[in-house]
Amino acid sequence: MAETLVRKRTYFWVWVALICLTGLTGGISFINLGEWSTAIAMVIAVIKALLVATFFMHLLYEKQKVVWIWSAVGIIWLSILIVQTMDDYVTRGFLPVPGK
Amino acid sequence: MSEGSQPNLSAREALDLHSLHTHYADLKQQRESATLGMWVFLVTEVMFFGGMITGYVAYRFAYPEAFRAGSVHMLFMAGTLNTAILITASLFVAFAVHAAREGNQRWVVNFLLIAMFLGICFLAIKGYEYHDHWVEHLVPGPWFQWNGPDPRHAELFFVLYFFLTGFHALHMTIGIGLVAFVAYFAHKGRYTPEYHNPVENVALYWHFVDIVWIFLYPMLYLIGHQHI
Repeated sequence: MAETLVRKRTYFWVWVALICLTGLTGGISFINLGEWSTAIAMVIAVIKALLVATFFMHLLYEKQKVVWIWSAVGIIWLSILIVQTMDDYVTRGFLPVPGK
Repeated sequence: MSEGSQPNLSAREALDLHSLHTHYADLKQQRESATLGMWVFLVTEVMFFGGMITGYVAYRFAYPEAFRAGSVHMLFMAGTLNTAILITASLFVAFAVHAAREGNQRWVVNFLLIAMFLGICFLAIKGYEYHDHWVEHLVPGPWFQWNGPDPRHAELFFVLYFFLTGFHALHMTIGIGLVAFVAYFAHKGRYTPEYHNPVENVALYWHFVDIVWIFLYPMLYLIGHQHI
């Protein structure tokens, strides 16, 4: 056997968790919690994505550290893109600029 | 190496030897390179969708009410069902990898065929939704009609919706094609527990496309707080 053989039961329980989280986020979306709505929905989405990456994509069982680094690079680059774009848009109204 | 120079090779060992490219020391090194290469590719895919997602974040921050009003027109049940379908398809792709690691190619084919069927169901439901938006005049362009306030920025929501889900659907279509390709070679008996890199890598691609949808679902379907 080349790779770690993950038990089928593990995959099944990850699937159960993913389906439950989908139902949860869909259910919560009927309630308007203001700014918390988006935050809760994104936290649930991140948990679901981590479950897929760690179990289905075998990141948890990956022996090559460099693969872990690359998966983190994806998150870091995306964060740079979004955060540094938004720190412009969000802060534009902060200071009164003459002539604006 | 000429035929017959290794008379003691079993059929499987011969197949493994055939699968090893000359510039790798062994199948383990080849497999590790394939996995790493796939992850690097997936990071470029994160950035591909990342550009559109950043556009979504910036404009939703600027026009939250128009985006909320646009999201109310999403078909909530269709989107939720599609999320469940994709997650289930991912489960069967994971089972296919499991079967490949065990060397059970018959079940690699069976699990991949189930995943393909679910992928086609996803695209069919997506097509039904697109048809609904078309009939409702929600497709951006000269026929876009909007009764609420701020039609320009509601239209912007639909531009982002069609680009994000459209490129996701394109990835799904490619994924179904790749799964069919791998299922064909598994059916031909091409893979062994030592060499089944295409099964592993196509599975990684499929799961990645699943993750993209996991984020699109709350971004597009769940921000209206009322569903039709």
